[in-house]
Amino acid sequence: MSEAPAVELLWWEGCPSHPDALAELERILGEEGLPADVERVEIESDEHAARERFPGSPTIRIGGRDIVPPGDGEPFTLTCRVYRLRDGRISPTPDPEDVRAAVRRAKEEL
Amino acid sequence: MIGIGDSAPGFSLPDTDGVDHSPAEGGITAVVFTCNHCPYALAWHDRIAATARDYPDVRFLAVNPNDAKRYPRDSYEAMQRRVAEEDWPMPYLRDESQEVARAYGAQTTPDIFVIDAEGRLRYRGAPDSDHRDPAQNASWLREALDSLQAGEAPGRPETKPVGCSVKWK
Repeated sequence: MSEAPAVELLWWEGCPSHPDALAELERILGEEGLPADVERVEIESDEHAARERFPGSPTIRIGGRDIVPPGDGEPFTLTCRVYRLRDGRISPTPDPEDVRAAVRRAKEEL
Repeated sequence: MIGIGDSAPGFSLPDTDGVDHSPAEGGITAVVFTCNHCPYALAWHDRIAATARDYPDVRFLAVNPNDAKRYPRDSYEAMQRRVAEEDWPMPYLRDESQEVARAYGAQTTPDIFVIDAEGRLRYRGAPDSDHRDPAQNASWLREALDSLQAGEAPGRPETKPVGCSVKWK
């Protein structure tokens, strides 16, 4: 079996959603049995956002892939990210089932 | 920055048609700092709009104070497009200088300030306790309006505003 993939949570302090996103991510990693520590990466400037290709806070990457890939032309800047839940509602954090699907994909690739 | 019981600063700001609006004289006003790009403001928008429809005697003023240079989704043109595409029951005002947001001490979008008929601040904070739960129905804001319309002080005059930080220039 390969090593567990890198799991990253990229966040910006101007948006208060990252603690909720981290708690949800850690809960789902545990439920799915993926032994990964979440690396927290604070994005501190627009230049940093551009370097990290950060479309907003929070952004979750597993194995380097954004679990909800941003649309074409999405700017990389210090902002709060707008997610759509599976029922269509707008949310500051990704739908937990999207997180779970990404974790399961990562597990299958081990 | 103003506190509960203080006189609320007066202002006049343009809506998306260029018409100026001010807080009501002799009536209740809800000043809602909000914006286009913040998921918290967007998640709560329908509940705030429904409250505006349910309280026709209250003047609701939505105010966007964000720096549109760094956040183009909050530009005046983007505000105009949004109002044209959606059904807004309240004017959407542009605080280009950010002076109104600073005078009120707005911290986030959304951040709500309810002013009584004497011009004093009577409620400040979030619409309700959970942006994720539409059933909350802006209950904190509605409680404050119900109290003021009954001639009473709101029992919960202040709550913690929750949302994206105001984007200062």
